[in-house]
Amino acid sequence: MKRFMAVALVLLIAATMPFTVCAKETIKLGFITPLTGDVKTYGESSKNAFLLALEQYGKTGRYAINPVIADDRNDPTEGANAALKLITQDKVLALVGPLTSKVSIPVSEICEKYRIPMVTGAATNPKVTVYDGRRKGYIFRACFIDPFQGGIAANFALSNLKAKTAAVLFDVGNDYSKGLAEVFRATFVKGKGNVVAYESYQKDDVDFSALVSKVGLKKPDVLYIPDYYNKVVLIARQVRERGIKSPMLGGDGWDSPELLKAGNTIMGNYFTNHYSVQSKDPTTRQFIARYKAKYGVLPDALAALTYDATRIMLQALDTAKRPSGDEMKVVLSGLRNFKGATGTIRFDKNGDAVKSAVVLKVEKDGFGYVTTVNP
Amino acid sequence: MELLSYILEQAINGLQIGAVYALIALGYTMVYGVLRLINFAHGDIFMFGSFTAYFLISKWHLPIYLVFPITVFATALLGYAVEKIAYKPLRSAPRISLLITAVGVSLFLEYFLSLKGLFGPDYIAFPRPFDVRVFDLKLFSVTNIQLIIFSVTAVSLLLLYLLVYKTRQGRAMRAVSHDPEVAALMGINIDGIISFTFIVGTGLAGIGGILYAFAYPQINVFMGIMPGIKSFIAAVLGGIGLIHGAVVGGIIIGVLEVFVSAFLSSTFRDGVIFIVLLLVLLLRPNGLFGRRIEKL
Repeated sequence: MKRFMAVALVLLIAATMPFTVCAKETIKLGFITPLTGDVKTYGESSKNAFLLALEQYGKTGRYAINPVIADDRNDPTEGANAALKLITQDKVLALVGPLTSKVSIPVSEICEKYRIPMVTGAATNPKVTVYDGRRKGYIFRACFIDPFQGGIAANFALSNLKAKTAAVLFDVGNDYSKGLAEVFRATFVKGKGNVVAYESYQKDDVDFSALVSKVGLKKPDVLYIPDYYNKVVLIARQVRERGIKSPMLGGDGWDSPELLKAGNTIMGNYFTNHYSVQSKDPTTRQFIARYKAKYGVLPDALAALTYDATRIMLQALDTAKRPSGDEMKVVLSGLRNFKGATGTIRFDKNGDAVKSAVVLKVEKDGFGYVTTVNP
Repeated sequence: MELLSYILEQAINGLQIGAVYALIALGYTMVYGVLRLINFAHGDIFMFGSFTAYFLISKWHLPIYLVFPITVFATALLGYAVEKIAYKPLRSAPRISLLITAVGVSLFLEYFLSLKGLFGPDYIAFPRPFDVRVFDLKLFSVTNIQLIIFSVTAVSLLLLYLLVYKTRQGRAMRAVSHDPEVAALMGINIDGIISFTFIVGTGLAGIGGILYAFAYPQINVFMGIMPGIKSFIAAVLGGIGLIHGAVVGGIIIGVLEVFVSAFLSSTFRDGVIFIVLLLVLLLRPNGLFGRRIEKL
């Protein structure tokens, strides 16, 4: 009887063997994004893009992907907790996201510690990949960094808007906002412009009347407000209500359909961004068409960047000899000439994407393309 | 001249937020008067007022003269329910139990209402039922929102004054606040007065919630925390338990925080407000208008 059992067992194992060989190996891929909270439209569109990229990979890819999605509420503590859970409990091989700089900075430290490759779509603050001169080798990003973006905004204000004076309003507790404000000021002053007001506020502020009155007194030619769409809407409204008519300028944090709901207060203003839905590039057009077909809306830049970040990660997974974090890290470091939805990407020695930026104008029916700036 | 008009403009900005703080501070101070309780859930009832107004305006498209009474009714109902469910059973318990319960109610309201399907955790744009107009008065300018805030607050304060000082109900409230035991001996229904005080106080917070959302049209389930704390400081500054103290305290805190932002930096703003709280507690624990009463 014992022998019979053993034979049966061997047969059983032999019978199942071909299937285990044929079936793709399953890889767990983590994804962190703000699905609720102050920037939830980013979370929604980026999650859509993440799933779209996985769906396409599923047809041709080497592995079967098991996605593990977590919400960071755009809160650094939440993000760090989510990352720890994904890495230590769910045992993900690699991580896509988070989206915002202030969450990505602590999460990148955790990924670096556990040697988990991370590609963020949209965290533009330099500290995400390099902290105090220390390169975090496992961390990469599909977007350009703030010094590039803030510089473009300042140069645009100087040469295209012919601004001589500027006011800068920023969130002092937000690395993204603060970083952009600093670079803008430095570049603007270098270009013989004069920063007449450099004012900060805090994350939970809703009353900007004191700051706006202060700025109104200085009569700046342009206002630079590098923050996320929620705050921008609130500030822009109070700026216009005070009778300040100067154009406002912002960063990629403006890119949300929510911004357009502010109506006339926000029309005619400009912001720097990663891509334009009006782009003619075939890869971009193809992504937009697929996204629109699946979700019925146009993708924002966060969706496009997350799509690129996810595809970069999946390509690295396929190229690597074995599915391991260390192998993928090596492949990622050598990324060149990647054709993404947001343009052609290569990683520099810091893991930051080298790519072009666009300037968009807020119009009634969306964001109009103004110009492209190459690095 | 330019400086003068700048100062005036900032003073009006300060009055705008100060008026709202005053309305919230009144609730803190009145409840403290009758129950010796800092009702930490008060800021969340204020938030509930903003959300009620949001639903009335955006979902049911009610005109503004209906939004005020319905919102006040809703927040007063919530205040009444909180008192009956959470505080009433603890009437004879040590005061610290009541205080801890108040913190619990505050957290409950915030996190329960932030569930999806209720108010949700997101920031919501508040639709103003009218356009903003700026009136330029040579020396300074003022918006119609500010005028609405000032007039609604003034009318509310007048009604409150009449209620507290000219009616039997008000006299009973003052008696309870003065000495609950003697008031009970005189035949006053203490529980009834406490409920009534909650209704009035939370109704005022509801008005504050509408005005706040008009001025800063973005609402969120955690929006009541900071205004709640600052109004509490305002009530302490004016002398907790004193109605005129809460009004003056609210306006002082509002103007002070705007002036700190205007002439120093908004980074120092909250710090300065908290330093004010510390100084009041150290130097004049009974507030600006409070008399030093030694209790046995």
